[in-house]
Amino acid sequence: MAIEATGLVKRFGDMTAVAGVDLAVKAGSVTAVLGPNGAGKTTMVRMLTTLSQPDTGTITVAGFDVVADPTEVRRRIGYAAQDATVDELLTGRENLIMIGELHHLGRVRAKERAAVLLTQFSLDDAAERVVGKYSGGMRRRLDLAATLVATPEVLFLDEPTTGLDPRARNELWEVLDTLVDSGVTILLTTQYLEEAERLADHILVVDHGRIIASGSARELKRRIGGEQIRAVLRDRSRADDALRLISEATGGEAAFDADADAVVVATAGGAAAVAAVAGALAEAGIEVDELALRAATLDEVFLELTGHSADAAIEEPV
Amino acid sequence: MSTSPTARRGNAVGDAWVIARRSLKHIRRQPEMLTDATIQPIMFVLLFAYVFGGAISVPQGGSYKEFLLGGIFAQTIVFGCFGIAIGLATDRSTGAIDRFRTLPIARSAVLTGRALAAVLIGLLPIILMSAAGLVVGWRTHTGVLDVLGGYALMVLFQFAMTWVGILMGSLLSTPQAVQGVAFTVLFPITFLASTFVPVDTLPGVLRTFAEWNPTTSLSGALRAQFGNPDVVAGTSDAWPLQHPVLYTVIWALTIIAICAPLAVRAFNRATGD
Repeated sequence: MAIEATGLVKRFGDMTAVAGVDLAVKAGSVTAVLGPNGAGKTTMVRMLTTLSQPDTGTITVAGFDVVADPTEVRRRIGYAAQDATVDELLTGRENLIMIGELHHLGRVRAKERAAVLLTQFSLDDAAERVVGKYSGGMRRRLDLAATLVATPEVLFLDEPTTGLDPRARNELWEVLDTLVDSGVTILLTTQYLEEAERLADHILVVDHGRIIASGSARELKRRIGGEQIRAVLRDRSRADDALRLISEATGGEAAFDADADAVVVATAGGAAAVAAVAGALAEAGIEVDELALRAATLDEVFLELTGHSADAAIEEPV
Repeated sequence: MSTSPTARRGNAVGDAWVIARRSLKHIRRQPEMLTDATIQPIMFVLLFAYVFGGAISVPQGGSYKEFLLGGIFAQTIVFGCFGIAIGLATDRSTGAIDRFRTLPIARSAVLTGRALAAVLIGLLPIILMSAAGLVVGWRTHTGVLDVLGGYALMVLFQFAMTWVGILMGSLLSTPQAVQGVAFTVLFPITFLASTFVPVDTLPGVLRTFAEWNPTTSLSGALRAQFGNPDVVAGTSDAWPLQHPVLYTVIWALTIIAICAPLAVRAFNRATGD
């Protein structure tokens, strides 16, 4: 395990930010901690990265205890905080060299490493410019590059795309894809379901300082039985027949979506249910333009699990 | 399972030097900070020398310009704590400190690096003011050792003020707050003193304050070391004014003894969770 945590609790005064969290992250995997603002994501990451000590519980990162051996942990991790903490008054290159020197790479290797990373993150042109003049997306890229200076075993990315416009976010996702492919263990936090689904093999849904669900995006969707069969009718005059037949075939209560000429029914029957529906419709001679088994979106999962929408949380000021 | 990192072990001094170099780069890239450290001290010397120079006379005779330099050195050194306080508060508010804390460096390196840079940066105004002073007619009238002693006293006091700055930067969470506190506290301290005028013109309580004010004793100590006229002899028998060098050294050491541990504690607390 690259990260192992048991019984993590962190309180600030009366407020319990993290209320008993267990974690096990496999080496080489990508885990997303998904939750709204104030769910305790950042507090969790700060404990995992040695910045904050847990009130109770133990954490091992890259084989070392975070409280007992923080320096050994720090030699093996990279951490990108939520607000891209690169130095505004230094150039991109100077930032990376400084981080390399503080990782004790030596000046020569720190320079080499900076050059490689600047190219890898498409920052060659901006390398000699002070970071204060960077765009938000460039700053995040440099911040990511800074976490990779000492080739870490475990990367912690706290909301890597929060605050970016959609175009910059897409660009950053492409960069993150290459990181994911490189095989480094990544733990990232996010408020964006799309981001978790795109980047992570494993998702932990957190709310009020607890993990309330975990699994792959598909598993999470399946867990709430969120699959639907959707049949788009060629001839809407057969809607009543289709409704009756589909309800019978699935044992569910089908509904008609008049805007799309579609009959929709929730099911846990998977492919067999689709086959039954297909058979019943064919026998009755009802033609369809589309017949599909569709998984619930992660938004629906989140709503089901937390009782509030993840998107609603995103609207809150950070 | 964990591969051993290829990086070498670090040491606290090397780490501190990397952080210090960062601060030295910062000062070069912040025009307002650079102005504070260069043009402003020169301007002070010129302004006070030519504006007040004619109006204020030194009671025991002697040149006001020579009287002035000790005071202006002292004022600049006391105000020197301001830059490091702002820098530290900025680092805390931007998350730079957090980034350093996730790196495998000695925890002391962030503060010692900053302190080292502050002392080095502080040499700049001292050198420039000396040069400006020589231009307007300031001269030293003592031996080389006394003069060097004067400069050593400045560096010592500057180092002490660095810890005051670190304390301020750790207690106040924004650069703006630092600015506010620095001006309300430092202005009275540097002006209710013999910095620019003889203290015996001040009324009762203020005069006592000025007599015991370390800015007064630092100014006086520097004037004594450089053989410049002071206004103490005969006009006041307050102990600090009679022993300015000793009193200044005691102040500097006391500030370091009290502020350094407090500053480290405040900094660790401010950046702990």
